[in-house]
Amino acid sequence: MLQSRGARTRRIALIGLSGALALSVTACAESQRDAGADNAGTFIFGAAGNPKMFDPVFNDEGETFRITRQMYDTLLQNKPGTAEVVGSLAEKWESSNEGKTWTFNLRKGVTFHDGTPFNAAAVCFNFDRWFNMKGQAAQSQMIYYGDVFEGFAANEGDAAGDPVYKNCEAKDDSTAVLNLNKAKGAFPAAFTLPSLSISSPDALKKYNADQVTQTGDSFSYSDYANLHPTGTGPFKFEGYDQGKGEITLVRNDAHWEKAKLDKLIFKVIKDENGRKQALKAGDIQGFDYPAPADYQLLRNEGQNVLIRPSFNVLYLGINQSGNPKLADVKVRQALAYGINREQFVKSKLAEGSEVATEFVPKAIAGYTEDVPKYAYDPEKAKQLLKEAGAEGLSLKFYYPTEVTRPYMPNPADTFTSISEDLKAIGINIEPIAKPWNGGYKDDVQKHGKHDLHLLGWTGDYNDAGNFVGTFFGREKPEFGFKNDQLFQALAAADGTQGDGPHAQAYQGVNKQIMEFLPAVPIAYPTPALVVGPKVQGMVPSPLTDERFNTVSLG
Amino acid sequence: MLRFIVRRLLQAIPTLLILSILVFAWLRALPGGPAGALLGDKATPEKIAELNQILGLDQPIFIQYFKFLGRVLTGDFGNSLISTQPVLSEIGFALPATLELSIAALILAVGLGIPLGYIAARFRGGFLDNATIMATLVGVAVPVFFLGYLLQFVFAEQLGLFPVGGRQDTLIGATDVTGFAVLDGLLTQEWDASWDAIVHLVLPAAALATIPLAVIVRITRASVLDVLNEDFIRTAQSKGLAGPTIRRRHVLRNALLPVATTIGLQTGLLLGGAVLTERVFNLNGIGSLLAEGIERRDYPRLQALILLGAVVYVLVNMLVDISYGIIDPRVRVR
Repeated sequence: MLQSRGARTRRIALIGLSGALALSVTACAESQRDAGADNAGTFIFGAAGNPKMFDPVFNDEGETFRITRQMYDTLLQNKPGTAEVVGSLAEKWESSNEGKTWTFNLRKGVTFHDGTPFNAAAVCFNFDRWFNMKGQAAQSQMIYYGDVFEGFAANEGDAAGDPVYKNCEAKDDSTAVLNLNKAKGAFPAAFTLPSLSISSPDALKKYNADQVTQTGDSFSYSDYANLHPTGTGPFKFEGYDQGKGEITLVRNDAHWEKAKLDKLIFKVIKDENGRKQALKAGDIQGFDYPAPADYQLLRNEGQNVLIRPSFNVLYLGINQSGNPKLADVKVRQALAYGINREQFVKSKLAEGSEVATEFVPKAIAGYTEDVPKYAYDPEKAKQLLKEAGAEGLSLKFYYPTEVTRPYMPNPADTFTSISEDLKAIGINIEPIAKPWNGGYKDDVQKHGKHDLHLLGWTGDYNDAGNFVGTFFGREKPEFGFKNDQLFQALAAADGTQGDGPHAQAYQGVNKQIMEFLPAVPIAYPTPALVVGPKVQGMVPSPLTDERFNTVSLG
Repeated sequence: MLRFIVRRLLQAIPTLLILSILVFAWLRALPGGPAGALLGDKATPEKIAELNQILGLDQPIFIQYFKFLGRVLTGDFGNSLISTQPVLSEIGFALPATLELSIAALILAVGLGIPLGYIAARFRGGFLDNATIMATLVGVAVPVFFLGYLLQFVFAEQLGLFPVGGRQDTLIGATDVTGFAVLDGLLTQEWDASWDAIVHLVLPAAALATIPLAVIVRITRASVLDVLNEDFIRTAQSKGLAGPTIRRRHVLRNALLPVATTIGLQTGLLLGGAVLTERVFNLNGIGSLLAEGIERRDYPRLQALILLGAVVYVLVNMLVDISYGIIDPRVRVR
């Protein structure tokens, strides 16, 4: 009896094992069949991280903006594939009163996703909401609004200043007039910012959108931000499955540029290799920022690598307060002449990248060829160092680890390449590597512990002030210099009105900056995105402002 | 038994308290902070300082700790700085993926490990035994992520037998009930969804199971051999008991004690291995929460995850002790 029970157990185990094997084989076959099922009209895009939440004004990061851009419209937008400002919810716009009054003629017949009408009152409701936002927690999270409009009706934090916004008048249903306390060069380009997307006033009120609470070390947002984002965009929010990391949007049939896709799914795949594999397997049909080294590999597999026009700049920062020799312009010029940027761009950066001649990329109004240029000339560099009495100069060169940025795909490579060039002109380099969030940014931007460092910037909108104003508009530990003439020139350029004069003012400033040379611009790198062979109509944008309503699956 | 469990639970309290202090101090000793990570590239030192003040990160560390402890005792672990969702709900969403993976790996490791170890011991010195020893040596030596990529390359990319990653096909449209994909399919009778989830589990579970499987095989084999040499086995044999009876009643029962300890330890390690496996197979479980949390200095998320990990570890150890009591009643008396 005992023996037979033992034998039975063994038999059952064997049957179970072979059964399990058979079932898994069946399942494989089934999974293969599923992959071939008809799923036309649904586009799945691989996202690198979870979205924060969906109220654009509290958001500041690309993974979330990619989603909200499909659900919301802004008053103005960037022409697909360029940084040129064109109409969106506003068909026409003009400024008067020396740039302090902006009048918008709004598109008619537009409705929000909840069925309520879009009109001038809705525009003013949104601007008033932002301006009157209460609570230090909420204000601190309105990064882009704070940056452009500088302050609130009642500032609750130390970092905010005098508000640029005065009021908004709804002249009639389709005319909204925005009054500002002072003119700002950021306009009209800043009206394209995804943070300034127009939400449904009804939905904002119904789902307590302004409720940003701070508990302990963190913030929590309203039901509007988490569950009911309501804009006018070509896609409507359907749901966010946190367990599976999937955000589903469906087509808004009422949109004036109706989307071709029925459904748009953003699937979170945090590992870059994972996104690549998923694209190859057909689980997703596109993802952002493939590694430059993979471009050719991806193309060989039939994928389309779409290169974005550059809208960023990589620079070698110089801290003048760290080492007195660096305050001598000849030494800074020696650094510029000593770096073989052509070679670096050709060998280390993705195709399409170019050598930077100034601190704004070519697509920006204000870029000019007429700046002092520092072509590679190591002999001249050595001569300049000699003249400055800085031969054998030793410099602490900081570079970040654990990070890639669109303007710096591989910091270690960038560091090695530049430091080898500098060593060749007789500079002693002390390399200091620090994790990006683990000390690098603090040491460089807050404490100014470095002599040299690597950093860059991706533009938010088409305004040179968003680049050079941010870098050199005031005294900062990052560069350790004080040049009132330059600070004033930047402030004056920012306040210059009219497209032509505005650009011209910045051309002048860019020239001055390159003469003073507070840092060395290195390159205008070009980030890319990749889509599967069947995907059509994806237009790569310099501002990563890709709209999925033009996309279809062939 | 109840007193034993209560005593073990009470012993866990100071352990967890000390750990919470260590975790808290460690996170705050790390260079950089959440404010910089939270505000992204556009952060200015002024904005970082303002945010630190709002978040209370500029206060003395012991005040921060007591505030944190007070909230934790009321069950509030705060919201993630990255996702802005409550940390506990984030963990709730991620846990099923990790548990599903760990359970599948454990079933594979235990289900194959004990019989294989036992067979190797019974046929000691034979071909089966030698082959098993060789295989386990390789199994222990191969890092889980390497094996993961290898399995992915061979079985997903080259042979196309299994999916490369993820928990389920996005377009299968499975209904979410418990968050456990396999179970949900069974509950809602969406068999396709269940199979799809199982198929997605095969490669990651195999990668994760390899090391514990190898360890369990070796321990079982050694333990069975030890017991076979014991005097009481010879006594049983001399009394004329049948081979299977001896093996089941005396050999297996006694040999399983160290195996149970090993399984307990391996379960703890499985969770560590799951972090890497999840990354390779894109399973969006606890592992990827943890990795992202460290990268972006998400204090609330890391605090909750590490404490939760400690609780799980304490519980697993307790279960091992209880299983001792069941396998060997003498342990209960001690």
